[in-house]
Amino acid sequence: MRLRAQDLVYAYVPGRPVLQGITLELRSGETTFLLGPNGSGKTTFLDLIGGLRAPLDGKVLLDERPLASFSPRERAQLVGYVPQFHEPPFNFTAWEVVLMGRAPYVRWLSQPKERDRRAADAALTVLALAPFRDRPYYTLSGGERRLVLVARGLAQGAAFLLLDEPDAHLDPANQHRVLLAVQEVVGEGLGAGITSHSPNNALLYADRVALFSAGEVLAQGVPAAVVAPPLLERAYGIPFVSVGDGDGPRAVLPALT
Amino acid sequence: MRRRLPWAFLLLPLPVAFVSLVIGRYPISPGEVFASLTGGEVAEVVRALILRIRLPRIGAAALVGANLAVAGAVYQGVFRNPLVEGRLLGVSSGAGLGAALAFLLFPQPAVVQALAFAGGTMGVALTALLGWAFGAGVLVLVIAGVLVDSFLSAVLGIVKYTADPLGTLPAITYWLLGGLSGVRVPDLLPLGIASAIGLSFFLLARWRMNLLTLADQEGEALGVRVRPTRFLVVGMGTLLVASAVSVSGIVSWVGLLVPHAARAMVGPDYARLLPAAAGLGAALVVALDTLARTLLTAEIPLGVLTGLLGAPLFLVLFLRFLRERGGWR
Repeated sequence: MRLRAQDLVYAYVPGRPVLQGITLELRSGETTFLLGPNGSGKTTFLDLIGGLRAPLDGKVLLDERPLASFSPRERAQLVGYVPQFHEPPFNFTAWEVVLMGRAPYVRWLSQPKERDRRAADAALTVLALAPFRDRPYYTLSGGERRLVLVARGLAQGAAFLLLDEPDAHLDPANQHRVLLAVQEVVGEGLGAGITSHSPNNALLYADRVALFSAGEVLAQGVPAAVVAPPLLERAYGIPFVSVGDGDGPRAVLPALT
Repeated sequence: MRRRLPWAFLLLPLPVAFVSLVIGRYPISPGEVFASLTGGEVAEVVRALILRIRLPRIGAAALVGANLAVAGAVYQGVFRNPLVEGRLLGVSSGAGLGAALAFLLFPQPAVVQALAFAGGTMGVALTALLGWAFGAGVLVLVIAGVLVDSFLSAVLGIVKYTADPLGTLPAITYWLLGGLSGVRVPDLLPLGIASAIGLSFFLLARWRMNLLTLADQEGEALGVRVRPTRFLVVGMGTLLVASAVSVSGIVSWVGLLVPHAARAMVGPDYARLLPAAAGLGAALVVALDTLARTLLTAEIPLGVLTGLLGAPLFLVLFLRFLRERGGWR
């Protein structure tokens, strides 16, 4: 499947657009990283392509059908969203949080069925969270919480999963765990859209990268082409160097002047 | 215990109610109570006392308790704030104002109940209107509720100020203190209908209430139409609280404390929480109302009793909350 943004325009304040005509496509079986400086429109784009905001101009298409023509319930069965933070007011268990991902399948006056409970368990198992199943959310570490939210997104059973900075505020090992877990489910056919402030994570985990700058897509394509010093410098405004060019892993670093 | 048997809580009010039927200024034995309920051989005065005085009052107490507890539990989720209760949105001050106007203008019990209900719903409607005008966010609704509550309380002050200090003012004051001493069979009909609608709605939609504790955007992403749902749920909650308050007057703390006590017993999942809160609230208010009418020779206002017990209990719960969260943030 394809989740396609076409000429998206959006502004929170009239006359000050944060997105000025974005055309970008997420595909099943691919991880697309959205990079770009703070305020470049990545998160707004994620909201729009997830159907959580309506664009001022342009459209979002799921295959050929406009996303806006789906009911919220239908849309939620196709496009899932993993927020950066989740602050429940009560101490739900990990499993209870994940089960909420089944909301698009549970009718108003009914309860989650056996099928929904199995989906929640399966999502926890895929992410190796089974031991945390009955742990209260407040007792989980930052990395475990992020994985629980990814599990909720998986339980949603959507074809596309949009993740808002899933690697933020996590130590390197937890960043790796979360992004590797996403990569694994992408290997089984999910399409993922990930906003991030880490070009190196894009090099490690992305199939495609879109580099945002001031509400436009500066470049998009394979990581090796987009996560390159000249483009990064144009986007972020400081010089970068590329290290490890050759075999083995490559990384980009701000150039010391 | 934590995960089991939330529906068993719905049976809890039954033994409490039976004990309550036995206790009272006029001594009645358990056998006589049983006989009155099952149509057995018993003195006519006893049967009348049981069926026309004590039973309606206990029924009202149970419904008031269940309504306040369920509405409180739901409001805490909708407003994502463990420290709110159903009175938050101006329902109490609205109901108080309605009741006070009734005492001033048409002092009949049915009119007091009707105007209290109308006033309570009007208070919330004002809050909702104000909140909707400013985008219907959670914080906006809470601020609107505080404004409406404060404004209606001021108007209530004017009504009290103009009321006859020998007849009407004490009646208003006593009503505001809360109590069920005046409950008769006919009062139960509107309360019963409102409770049946509101409680069955929440008990059926109980799991869905979990989704209202999510941030707006998370809810939308899960296919929930967050704002319409929030207004529907607040409306149903208001039906429960306003119908309860219109019969009982202002009964404080039940809507705040019972949900937390129920959470401590069955966990925060609304699928288990709501049945448990309903049963616990009903049993608690029946028990407290029994104390209110039997502890002293004069009736103790129910609201005073819940207030006396509520504040220290709240302190305990609050400390627990702090410990669970690892401090105030």
